[in-house]
Amino acid sequence: MQKSWWKIACIILLIYTIVAGFLMPVPALRQLQETIRNLYFHVCMWFAMMILFTVSAVNSIKYLRHTKLIHDVKAGEYASTGIVMGLLGYATGSIWASYTWADPNNPAYASFGSIVREPKLIGAAMALLIYFAYFVLRSSITDIDKRARVSAVYNIFAYAMLFPSIWIVPRLLPSLHPGQEGNPALNFNDIDAGMRMVFYPAVIGWTLLGVWITTLKIRLKKIADKNILHA
Amino acid sequence: MLKKTNSFVFTILLSFISITLFAQEEGGKAEMADTMRSNGKIYVVVAVCLTILIGLLLYLIRLDRKISKMEKLGGGGQ
Repeated sequence: MQKSWWKIACIILLIYTIVAGFLMPVPALRQLQETIRNLYFHVCMWFAMMILFTVSAVNSIKYLRHTKLIHDVKAGEYASTGIVMGLLGYATGSIWASYTWADPNNPAYASFGSIVREPKLIGAAMALLIYFAYFVLRSSITDIDKRARVSAVYNIFAYAMLFPSIWIVPRLLPSLHPGQEGNPALNFNDIDAGMRMVFYPAVIGWTLLGVWITTLKIRLKKIADKNILHA
Repeated sequence: MLKKTNSFVFTILLSFISITLFAQEEGGKAEMADTMRSNGKIYVVVAVCLTILIGLLLYLIRLDRKISKMEKLGGGGQ
């Protein structure tokens, strides 16, 4: 095992996240109650996804500058871990929403109509679908150098599309999802100080976990494609 | 090595930076009058989640070790 300080930091921060995340007191808001603790898990998935996609885009730019295949491998693996984080964020969000947005007095389909219209959900789905297309593109080109070049360009486009689809458009439309007027989890005025003490370590911990998994996949790829990458 | 240890400690410390902001908190403590807490079984949930997390992390460490071994063997592995 390659021992690194950040792997130990990841383990400690995640254990702290679970323990403090469940046991620290949180403000009891009428609508959310204890579910606000999902902030340490659901929101962190999106933060981790965003950071991993950023690293992926940086690697794509690096590939276009230096045309070294290792950057293409890195871009692909960071994007795939980012997608996993995004899917987890989506899945956890749908569970959370079904117990806080849906009105228990109405039949399920009545709430379903308004949840489906959520701009945040549509935006996030769009962003993830664009990244799915990145992998379709990657696997459809057999020539290694061409694949690396085309997918690097597409990856930069996909990263650029993240901003309108998950940051800008959802803020322009009415939504039940918090974050209409800014960045709710980052705004110093509307997150409880006690929660911030768990939230920031949680973001770092989950992101480091994503990075850890990605580095393993990159190393595995390096072994598998040793003669191509000669790295 | 010292540098690495320093950056490790620094990361841990930095992530608790908001501890200083407690001074701005108002006196009122959040009410915790929910069933989840009153029956005191939340620790069961914590234990279950910790077990899952530690299990996943151990799995990850094992994978890391295996890959390192393959790297040392110079590719092949199997």
